[in-house]
Amino acid sequence: MDTSIWQPILYLIGIMAFAGLNAAYLGWCERKGAGHVQRRIGPKEVGPYGLLQPLADGIKLMTKQLLVPQGVDGILFRVAPILAMIPAITSMVAIPFSPNIQARSIDLSVLLIFALASIGMMAVLIGGWASNNKYAMISATRAVSQNIAYEIPMLIMVITVVMMTGSMNLEDIAAKQQGGFWNWNIFPVAGESVAQALIMPVAFLIFFICSIAETNRAPFDMAEAESELIAGHMTEYGSMGFGLFMMGEYLNIVVGACLTTILFLGGWDCPLGLLPGVWWFLLKIYILIFTFIWIRWTYPRTQIYKLLNLSWKVLIPFSLGILLLTAIFIKVEGFLI
Amino acid sequence: MNEYWNDIFGGAKSLAVGLNITAREFFKPVVTEQYPHFVPRMTKRFRGHIELIPNEKTGAPNCVVCGMCQRACPSGCISLAGEKPEGAKKKVLTRYVLDFTTCSLCGSCVESCKFNAIRFSRDYNLAGTNKDDFVFDLLKRLEDKS
Repeated sequence: MDTSIWQPILYLIGIMAFAGLNAAYLGWCERKGAGHVQRRIGPKEVGPYGLLQPLADGIKLMTKQLLVPQGVDGILFRVAPILAMIPAITSMVAIPFSPNIQARSIDLSVLLIFALASIGMMAVLIGGWASNNKYAMISATRAVSQNIAYEIPMLIMVITVVMMTGSMNLEDIAAKQQGGFWNWNIFPVAGESVAQALIMPVAFLIFFICSIAETNRAPFDMAEAESELIAGHMTEYGSMGFGLFMMGEYLNIVVGACLTTILFLGGWDCPLGLLPGVWWFLLKIYILIFTFIWIRWTYPRTQIYKLLNLSWKVLIPFSLGILLLTAIFIKVEGFLI
Repeated sequence: MNEYWNDIFGGAKSLAVGLNITAREFFKPVVTEQYPHFVPRMTKRFRGHIELIPNEKTGAPNCVVCGMCQRACPSGCISLAGEKPEGAKKKVLTRYVLDFTTCSLCGSCVESCKFNAIRFSRDYNLAGTNKDDFVFDLLKRLEDKS
C-alpha cells in the first residue's frame, strides 16, 4: 500500500464530499420521489428542477438558533447528533467502491461496519433519553427493541455470506463475485451447489428488509413515527442538530445500500461481466436507494408489535434455516447437485 | 401453521401489488396545478363577485340605472348612481360600487337584473391587506378591462 501522506488526505476529502453530497441530495431525491409517487412535482422553485433546494435547506438550518431546552442532559444532548453522523461516515472507510478505490482494506471490515451501525443506534437512544421528553423516550426504547430484533436476522444473513466466501473482508467478498450476475451471491447459479442458489434470493430479501428496519425507514420508522411521536428522538432538536440527525439517517441508507451491493449484488461487477468499475457500484447503490424511497412512499407504517412479530416469528426462523442449510451445503460436498 | 404460511405468502403478494401500483403512478403525469405560474380559468358557473356586462357594440355598460339590484341586495353592498345627459333617452351609469366585504354571493342582484347588465365574474384571485381593497368600483374595472 502507498504510504504517501496524500492518499489518506485525498480519501478523507473524497469520503466527506461523497457523504455530504449524498446526505444533501438524497433529501432532494426523496422529495422528488415522494412527489412523483403521489403525482406531484416535488421541489421545483429553488433552481432548475429544485436542484438548489438542499442548499436552501442547509442555509435555513444553519442560520437557526441551536436551542437547548431546559431540563435536558446538556452534554448528551449535544453529543447525540454528532454520534448519529460519525459511524455512517466512518463506515465508508472500509467500503470498497471498486478494486482500487477503497480507503483502507481491513480484514474484518464486515464486523467493523456492523459494529459502527450499532453505535449509530446509540445516537437515537442517547438523543431520546437526553431530550427529557416522553415522546423522545418512547422513540428511543422503540428504536432499541427494533434494532435488537432486526440485527439478529441481518447478522445471520451476513454470516451466511461470510461462510460462503470464507472471508470477512468486504473486498474479498466482492472480488469473489466477479464475472457476471450468475456469480453474484443473490443467485449464485455458477456456484458449487444449485440448492444454495435457490435459498440465496430469500437471504437477500431478509437482508434487505432488515436493512430497511436498521436504517429506521418507513414502513419501519417506529422511532420517528411523526403521527404519534411527533418526530421521536428528534422532537427537541432544531437547527443543525436536527440537520445532523437527518444527514446521519440518509448516510445510513447509503451505507446500507453499499453493503447490500457488496454482499449480494457483486459490488463493482457488471451484470454481464463487461467493464467492471466504480460506475456499476454507484448504479447499483442508487437503484437500491431508489427502492428504499419507493418502498417508503408505498407502505404505511407498521405497528411496533407487528414489526417485532415479523422479526421474531418470520425473519429469525427463516434466517436460521438458511444458515443451517448453507452449512450443510458447504460441509456435504456435492449435496443435491 | 397454515395461517402462518398464508400470512407470509399473502402478505408478500399484497406488498408486491402495492409496489406495482406506486411504480405505475410514478411515471404518470402530475395532476397538481402549478398555481402561481399557471393560473387556471374558473368554470363557467363559478360565482365570483359581480361585474358589469358591456354592450357588445359600444362597450359601454348595459346598465340603465333602474336600481333593482341595489334594492334586491339583502346586505346592501351595491350602491350606484346615474345621470341623464342632455337629449339622451336613457340614464347613463356614472358610479357602480360593490362592497365585497359584506357580499354573500347570494346572486339576488343578478337574478333581479332585467337588462342583462350584471353577472358573476370568474375572478378568484382576491387577497388584500386592507378592508378597503374589497370595495370595488365596477365601472372603473369595466373600463380597465376594455
